[in-house]
Amino acid sequence: MSKLRIEGVGRDFPGVRGGAPTRALEPIDLAVADNDFITILGPSGCGKSTLLRIVAGLDAPSTGRVLLDGQPVAGPGPDRGMVFQSYTLFPWLTVERNIRFGLREKGVPEARQREIAASFIARVGLEGFENHFPKMLSGGMQQRTAIARALANDPKILLLDEPFGALDNQTRGLMQELLLGIWENDRKTVLFVTHDIEEAIFMASRVVVMSARPGRIKADVAIDLPHPRPYTLKTSPEFSAYKARLTEEIRSEVLKVR
Amino acid sequence: MRPLREISPSARWALGVAFFVVFFAAWEIYTRGGFVDRIFLADPLTMLREGWLLLVRHNFAYDIGMTIWRVLGGFFLAAAVAVPIGVMMGAYKPVEAFFEPFVSFARYLPASAFIPLLILWAGIGETQKLLVIFIGSVFQIILMVAVTVGSTRRDLVEAAYTLGAGDRGIIGRVLLPSSAPGIAEILRLVLGWAWTYVIVAELIGSSSGIGHMIVDSQALLNTGQIIFGIIVIGLIGLISDFLFKALNRRLFPWSLQ
Repeated sequence: MSKLRIEGVGRDFPGVRGGAPTRALEPIDLAVADNDFITILGPSGCGKSTLLRIVAGLDAPSTGRVLLDGQPVAGPGPDRGMVFQSYTLFPWLTVERNIRFGLREKGVPEARQREIAASFIARVGLEGFENHFPKMLSGGMQQRTAIARALANDPKILLLDEPFGALDNQTRGLMQELLLGIWENDRKTVLFVTHDIEEAIFMASRVVVMSARPGRIKADVAIDLPHPRPYTLKTSPEFSAYKARLTEEIRSEVLKVR
Repeated sequence: MRPLREISPSARWALGVAFFVVFFAAWEIYTRGGFVDRIFLADPLTMLREGWLLLVRHNFAYDIGMTIWRVLGGFFLAAAVAVPIGVMMGAYKPVEAFFEPFVSFARYLPASAFIPLLILWAGIGETQKLLVIFIGSVFQIILMVAVTVGSTRRDLVEAAYTLGAGDRGIIGRVLLPSSAPGIAEILRLVLGWAWTYVIVAELIGSSSGIGHMIVDSQALLNTGQIIFGIIVIGLIGLISDFLFKALNRRLFPWSLQ
């Protein structure tokens, strides 16, 4: 059964100074199954972030609609947790209070808030940093906190917009393993936007490749690799085959917009 | 000395003190050396002696107290009105559209030009002094707070929405805490301006306060007292600024670089 249905969702941005409107997204159809981990892979400016923002309810589609559990999405809500590329922890709140933000908004009793926060702090390996302010944390720690903050709300689907894009290569690899580990444990439905091919294959059960602007779905590749996936998987022949195929798909798109 | 090269705290201190030493030495030489008539400018020591006499003989502490209370009173009234309006303007565009044109116009009205009118309306009592400071501060605070709140990072607001925050949550738990250090900084700045308004108000019509003392001393050609009064204003300004900064550091440790 589909958890999330994207039906004919397109997005046009109004023209600047009376110019013709820009089409960011061709009408797109996409169904996401429950417990699936889907990565959306595409070159910069292909509208993949726009699509994710529309699913989050932060942007409205020009055409079509998004259904979550059969209910149309009208605006942002706690049932769709989001992790952004930029560091969006609230700088005036400690790590622990950042993670409790959504729980407090829901009216969860404080003792329960603390319990949930503590368990997620442990899961993302931030014990000892509960009372640190975001500016005292490294980029990787900030994004771990952001993931914990989104998951603490127990959303129906987790949306991630290039969350590791600003991190160095080694940290990015560790973050991928962490997120994949969490997913292997919970099987929470995930929609993950990235322009990194390895990242897209390593975590996903399905990679959706988007074309250059205006964005549309160019390929939909099921990743048939067993779980749990250790980082050594990235050097296996199967992985390399997927990588070769997706590199070819993306390369032609990048050449188009260059 | 190289561009943007940091210096040690003790060197910073010494240089800051050095300016005062140079300043007072130049003043001393200028007055003692007979380059200027004593009637028009007292020398530093006479100024200090006159200041001492003001404090012990003429109950100058009472004047200082009156002036401080007027500044704080008018300033708190203005802040109490202006901060909520500014926050609402920053948060809601229709509210901003409603107030912004008038407030932008009103903030260029010089508070001191209202003094004759305010004397007609409210006499030369405390109400008039408070109103001068109020008019001088309220529009400035409104506009600056509106800009600060309106420039809250959009991605933080969006993150809060995806965590389930409603309008009240966005204002109370994102816009306000994110703008709080900026608002405190605005209040510190405007409090400094409020000091100018109160002295002007006291110069024009008053029976107490530092400004009143300055006018009295002018009639007596006592430049020592006038200068002492001005220095006292400067010192109080410096102290209140220092206290405000210390408070901000204490309240908003997360916003420090």
